[in-house]
Amino acid sequence: MNYYEIIFYVFAVLTVVSAGVVVFSRNIIYSAFALLFTFTGVAGIYVLLNADFIAITQLLIYVGGIMILLIFGVMLTTNVTNVEITTQTLKALPATIVVAIVSALLVSTMVSTKWAVKDPISVESTTINQIGELLLTKYLLPFEIASIVLLIAMMGAAFLARKN
Amino acid sequence: MLNNYIPILILMLFAIAFAIVCVFLSKFIGPKNPNPVKLSTYESGMEPVGTARQRFSVKYYMAAMLFILFDIEIVFLYPWAVAYRKFIPNTVYYALIEMSVFIAILLVGYIYMIRKGALNWD
Repeated sequence: MNYYEIIFYVFAVLTVVSAGVVVFSRNIIYSAFALLFTFTGVAGIYVLLNADFIAITQLLIYVGGIMILLIFGVMLTTNVTNVEITTQTLKALPATIVVAIVSALLVSTMVSTKWAVKDPISVESTTINQIGELLLTKYLLPFEIASIVLLIAMMGAAFLARKN
Repeated sequence: MLNNYIPILILMLFAIAFAIVCVFLSKFIGPKNPNPVKLSTYESGMEPVGTARQRFSVKYYMAAMLFILFDIEIVFLYPWAVAYRKFIPNTVYYALIEMSVFIAILLVGYIYMIRKGALNWD
């Protein structure tokens, strides 16, 4: 086992264990905080996959932004003082049947698909140079459209916040 | 290629180790002489009222939402800033104009937010 694999398993265990806490925790705030570690672990796995830009995006937007939104959402939507916020298992039998069908489908697809395995290629130390170049040349239109999407989201948020 | 990340890994390990060591050092070698005043939440401060887990004002959620929008804008600025040097020799203003259009479109939203008062707290 080389050091690459050791680091991979550290992040994989972090991701899976904290994802398990998200699902099985009875307290919704603990779930929200465990999700923070899941996102961080996924960012680490992105780094190991040579996707450094996605890893940075993951840290910046998911760990830094979405988590805050989620935790605020938890603190806003529930009456934390009076009710014990818990999650519980409902309708175990139908859920088991649905999950069994879906996972059987997924596994059968996974087994029957002929996976194309490519020989390892040498990659540059960072992908951000290429992403930046392509954004400003070949994919200029999607880049500018992204700003319009952001503009719409911004105006929508401002409109919702201030009705008058 | 992954060797570039060794400093980050060392920093991460150091941060985790530092946190653990600090917590346990103060637990084991610090003297413990508790008294009621010391154990109060804010020593020589206000007595806390109610629980800490209260419902938050929706204003915080608004601020967080706007924060994420500008966060995503930064994600687009980052590859632009890294690739910018490559555009300097032949087409000087090409990359600058493209980013100016991007920022100008978002500036419309920012001005709309200010005029609408979305950044005011009350």
